[in-house]
Amino acid sequence: MLSFLARRLLLLIPVLFGILFITFALARMIPGDPCIMALGERATAEQCFQYRERFGLNDSIPVQFMHYLGNLAQGNLGNSLRTSEAVGDVVLLRLPMTVELAFTAMLIASIVGITLGIISAYWNNSPIDVMTMMGANLGVSMPVFFSGLMLAYFFAIVLLDTPLWLPPSGRLTSGITLTPLVETFHWQNLSGAPLVVVTFISNMATINSLISGDWPVFWDALRHLILPAVTVGSISTAIIARMTRSSLLDVMGLDYIRTARAKGLREQLVIFRHALRNAMLPIITIVGLQLGHLLGGAILTETIFGLPGVGQIMVDSIYARDYPALQAFVVVIAVIFVMVNLIVDISYAYLDPRIRLQ
Amino acid sequence: MEPDNATVSGVATQTRRNLWLDALRHLLEKRSAVVGLSVLIGLAAIALLAPALATHDPIQPLSDIKRNTPPCIHLLGCPDSQPQHIFGIDGNNRDFFSRMLYGARLSLIIGFATVSLALTVGTLLGAVSGYVGGWIDNVIMRIMDVMLAFPFLLLAIFLVAVLGPGLINALLAISIVSIPGYARIARASVVSVKEMDYVTADRALGVSPVRILFRRILPNAMTPLIVQGTLGIGTAIISAAALSFLGLGAQPPTPEWGIMLAEERNNLFNAPHLLFIPGVAITLTVLGFNLLGDGLRDALDPRLNR
Repeated sequence: MLSFLARRLLLLIPVLFGILFITFALARMIPGDPCIMALGERATAEQCFQYRERFGLNDSIPVQFMHYLGNLAQGNLGNSLRTSEAVGDVVLLRLPMTVELAFTAMLIASIVGITLGIISAYWNNSPIDVMTMMGANLGVSMPVFFSGLMLAYFFAIVLLDTPLWLPPSGRLTSGITLTPLVETFHWQNLSGAPLVVVTFISNMATINSLISGDWPVFWDALRHLILPAVTVGSISTAIIARMTRSSLLDVMGLDYIRTARAKGLREQLVIFRHALRNAMLPIITIVGLQLGHLLGGAILTETIFGLPGVGQIMVDSIYARDYPALQAFVVVIAVIFVMVNLIVDISYAYLDPRIRLQ
Repeated sequence: MEPDNATVSGVATQTRRNLWLDALRHLLEKRSAVVGLSVLIGLAAIALLAPALATHDPIQPLSDIKRNTPPCIHLLGCPDSQPQHIFGIDGNNRDFFSRMLYGARLSLIIGFATVSLALTVGTLLGAVSGYVGGWIDNVIMRIMDVMLAFPFLLLAIFLVAVLGPGLINALLAISIVSIPGYARIARASVVSVKEMDYVTADRALGVSPVRILFRRILPNAMTPLIVQGTLGIGTAIISAAALSFLGLGAQPPTPEWGIMLAEERNNLFNAPHLLFIPGVAITLTVLGFNLLGDGLRDALDPRLNR
């Protein structure tokens, strides 16, 4: 297992380097002069030269890339050309929302998808199976920005004045504010990486309120999160349900299941103890692979539900040609994606010894 | 006695034709595939006949009508004194029905254009990679790996930022992001086919590598690519609509379904049908390609037990 881990981590280096290089190179190709974007149309050549000198834009591209890597290693993601804020701060403020949304969606999609898949496989070819699979086909084909709008319409308008009503937009009801964890627990002397981690977690409303034990805020945050998360997770739910069904059906045809049945085991025991364990491997892979779609879906869905994540700010950055901001968002999200895939790979190897030994 | 050449090639053509006929027969046996195919044929008909079916210009606003007017269909009891607008009027005083029809055209063009480009480039890269091997293989596939390390839509958004917002650039971005998927499949198929006896025989006969690749290997590696391409059209249509929805793809007043949804977003509470109709249209189109793709996968797989 250790050698597998080492090999897998080594393989990570070129991929991470590739991600950084591609985003860096592409960002430099964004048309438009960053100096004009930052200083305005009336900037003189002299001002522009000094501006470029200050931000190292007069250096050759390889030198700039090395500077970029150096800064990155120190946790410095650069400054926004639009607002001249440190991009790292903007990422810390905005990204937790997107990550919270994507992971909640992943949780919902896994639970609902696996359950539906098991039901479908258990009653294979029954009306309930046909219905579920038709639903799954529809779910895969529906764009999230459409299903989101329809869910908002149903839960916020049709169910208005009923207990099932859910808010169609915003992160928290206006008037309710989130206290940063640093203040709740008096961690003012925190700095460096721990501060970054705490701030990141602190900006995820549900987790923050859960840790602080602030139940009214938690309930409010959760109610605002349900619709977006179900929306983001809809496609993945369908894909996971299909995968669970086919994987379980494959395993159910194997000899050891027949043996288990012949022993007189109860059917539930056969499915949950024997079949599902072996059927889990491809399901875990597909869940991990879904995260990329979920992050993309989260970016789209935020704009529908008015959530303060990275979605809108990325689009704004594109129109403002604010490439340091854009580049930072892309790099951070891609790195999160790669890390989750790494975790999936490791858990896969942990569950299936054959993979470790390859 | 040696067999007559004409007979041999005759038998070969017949078998090949039968294989495709077989695949078609298996495809038509699957009810879901038939549903998908029917949806797509209907859609193609609408797209082709859009100018004839449209009752109004899809782009020019109408002067004598209020915006967001609900649908008026004479057959369903709408008084004859009112002008007929099957899907009503959108937020910019345009006939929504005509815009939907032209949108079908655009969606199909978007789907086929992006996938054709991605499929061609991806297949070539993957085929060269798999056939030549060595460092070329390594370089190409590692680049593909890095591209796959990005979430799909995120990389597409980033590429649009580089190319500049607009429909054509959005299509290019989606194509580029889709390339690694096809390259991987093509490479895998080529690697598995290139060790077959008939390829070795060709090589022994001195057939040029390019000819072997294009005449012998690629046709036999095509099946998974066709399936992936069909499914990919659905993904491409959804992604293009998503980019348009974010304001990065088609620009107003283009009658593209994604941007139509985005434009009418604020009408969710007073005219939900303006969101419902394009949303259902996108869903149906993508569903059609997905059902057909799934059906093709089963129909083209000779190992499947039927």
